[in-house]
Amino acid sequence: MKKLLLGNEALAQGAIDAGLSGVYAYPGTPSTEITEYIQKSKIAQELNIHSSWSVNEKTAMEAALGMSYAGKKSMVVMKHVGLNVAADVFMNMSVSGINGGLVVVVADDPSMHSSQNEQDSRYYGKFAMIPMLEPSNQQECYNITKYAFELSEKLGIPVLIRLVTRLSHSRAGVVTGEMIAQNTIHLPKISTQFQLIPMHARVRYKHLVDIQPDMLEISENSEYNTFYEGTNKTIGIIASGIAYNYLMENFEEGNCPYPVLKISQYPLPKEPIKHLFDTCEKILVLEDGYPFIEEAISDFLGENRKVIGRLSGNIPRVGELNPDNIANALGFDIVINDKLPKVVMGRPPQLCVGCGHNDLFNAINAIKKETENQQVFGDIGCSALGVLSPYESINTLIEMGSSITMAKGASDAGIHPAIAVIGDSTFTHSGMTGLLDAIIEKTPITVIISDNSAIAMTGAQDSAASGRLISICKGLGIEDDHLKIITPLHKNLQENIDIIREEINYKGVSVVISQRPCVQLPKEKKDKLKEYTNVSIN
Amino acid sequence: MHSKINIILAGVGGQGILTIAAILDTAALDNNLHIKQSEVHGMSQRGGAVQSHVRISDQPIYSDLIPQGKADMIISVEPMELLRYLPFLKKDGYLITDSNPFENISNYPELNAVYDEIKSHKNHILIDAMKIAKDLGNSKATNIVLLGAASSLIPLSDESFQKAIATLFERKGERIVAKNLEAYLKGKEIAAEIVS
Repeated sequence: MKKLLLGNEALAQGAIDAGLSGVYAYPGTPSTEITEYIQKSKIAQELNIHSSWSVNEKTAMEAALGMSYAGKKSMVVMKHVGLNVAADVFMNMSVSGINGGLVVVVADDPSMHSSQNEQDSRYYGKFAMIPMLEPSNQQECYNITKYAFELSEKLGIPVLIRLVTRLSHSRAGVVTGEMIAQNTIHLPKISTQFQLIPMHARVRYKHLVDIQPDMLEISENSEYNTFYEGTNKTIGIIASGIAYNYLMENFEEGNCPYPVLKISQYPLPKEPIKHLFDTCEKILVLEDGYPFIEEAISDFLGENRKVIGRLSGNIPRVGELNPDNIANALGFDIVINDKLPKVVMGRPPQLCVGCGHNDLFNAINAIKKETENQQVFGDIGCSALGVLSPYESINTLIEMGSSITMAKGASDAGIHPAIAVIGDSTFTHSGMTGLLDAIIEKTPITVIISDNSAIAMTGAQDSAASGRLISICKGLGIEDDHLKIITPLHKNLQENIDIIREEINYKGVSVVISQRPCVQLPKEKKDKLKEYTNVSIN
Repeated sequence: MHSKINIILAGVGGQGILTIAAILDTAALDNNLHIKQSEVHGMSQRGGAVQSHVRISDQPIYSDLIPQGKADMIISVEPMELLRYLPFLKKDGYLITDSNPFENISNYPELNAVYDEIKSHKNHILIDAMKIAKDLGNSKATNIVLLGAASSLIPLSDESFQKAIATLFERKGERIVAKNLEAYLKGKEIAAEIVS
């Protein structure tokens, strides 16, 4: 029977059916629903598949590697920028290799619907020299995930699956297959495999290099890389992942007259690409994200414009693909219409009615009026909406955890007051280590942890910080006198302003925990939170 | 009956357009049709503009996104949001929307100008779905009234829609199912008067 599943859900079901023993992840749009699907799956619960959230992508990937070391199949899931956080283990586990099948799933966000960049994870896969899979539709999400575990165990290395927003968040009917059993515990056969001291690492790295031709051969014979020999050789088309759908959309019943190489597995298959070069006048590369394939097969100096795509300007260099910009590249007579009636205004995202961040920003803005040089360093999550009107409270927003460390650096440079605003979950994800830097040097910064006890932006998942913020801050070395708790409510505005002002004036590190549960949390969770919210600092 | 239909659902994060999408999906799946339905998760769900592309066909569907000028209709829970997706509307495609503005931005346009723009399109159904839902004693069913209003233009049977609504609200109890069926039928009735 067909089930109607998001690309993310189809992938998750594929992992369960592949004999998964544990998924590790930190929420991040557009990847979140993969882990949530496994968390909610009855069968996954019965099978005792691990699915709790990790504190960040690095801890998640390391735990997945640990499970693989023990011989079981594991998966680690993140959004594209999460892979930056996990890059250390990612680059090294391709060298060590794996024991139980290990699949890394990364959901890229071309057009930056919910992200700060549109980095393309395929470069990471190439960097780590591992096979990559890029499904084009929901059914392939399911099939490819099962295959990815098989491939990982066959080659003894991790496999990367790359998704994009539009596939992650689109539903279609999916037919599922039979379920493969989980692995039992079995330790690696070679005892030095996971001991990456230089002498062993050199052996492992050589092995990784040596199996590259095997990966290429598998890719060239993969059922996920298909070639269709069209009749019109004026253009040969390479379409990877979801781009294939947008291409086919432009032809009645998918009857494309041009040769088409659909790519859903990497390394890039050489044979069919060579065939396209030999038989076609031009090669059009369609890929969502960066011009990864186009760059790989183009000539460096750009003198021979045989290959066209994003680099040549036939497809816009930035932003996601769609049927229309591909129609344009195919030379179809269409006009892309981006004109809207004058009455249509932009409607950017904003804080929910009754959100505690709102009252915090009001207090911060009141202090801004009192000082000349106040700089507020913001962070990822709902509190990032403080960048926008009507608050415009935040001066910077770069990546997870950067609020505290940027405030520190700016303070070192002489900026005062330097205020960091960071959400509770972002703090445990990547803020704690930066806070320790500031504490060690007694840097005069004020860190405001806007604690809504949820990973709010991605759907109010449980935050690792809940009930632990005070002990974490004290443990890192924040003095009791400069660890304050405020409740961001309108009636407390003046009191909150006074507390923040006092801490700004302190010539050391202060932490102000601004504590009020996310309005999106269900009542039961809010009630549960009351158990610790009224705890005193001492 | 058409063999395929492309629908854009529009609104503001939190207004329930995914419920409309889910009913369409369920009804289409029940009829063994092909479906692709893209939706918006993440940042825009926080009070921003959101849309869903719903594509239903008896043939395989390639793109998850509807190409420009290929949407048969836009169903919107908010009048200005309806207009945001006009480049996707087919010539003489249908606009179906609630008339109540969601004013969470400071530069919300003059409402009559929005209505004028909607009315300049030949095929439009502009109704106070929120009031209709409230009068039925279920203010949350604005989206279902709109679906009812659009239903006769969608190549799925009335029976399929009702079955899908019953399935989707089943967990919430019989009373809620009945209330939503009522909202659906009222929307259908009012649209029939407008279209005829």
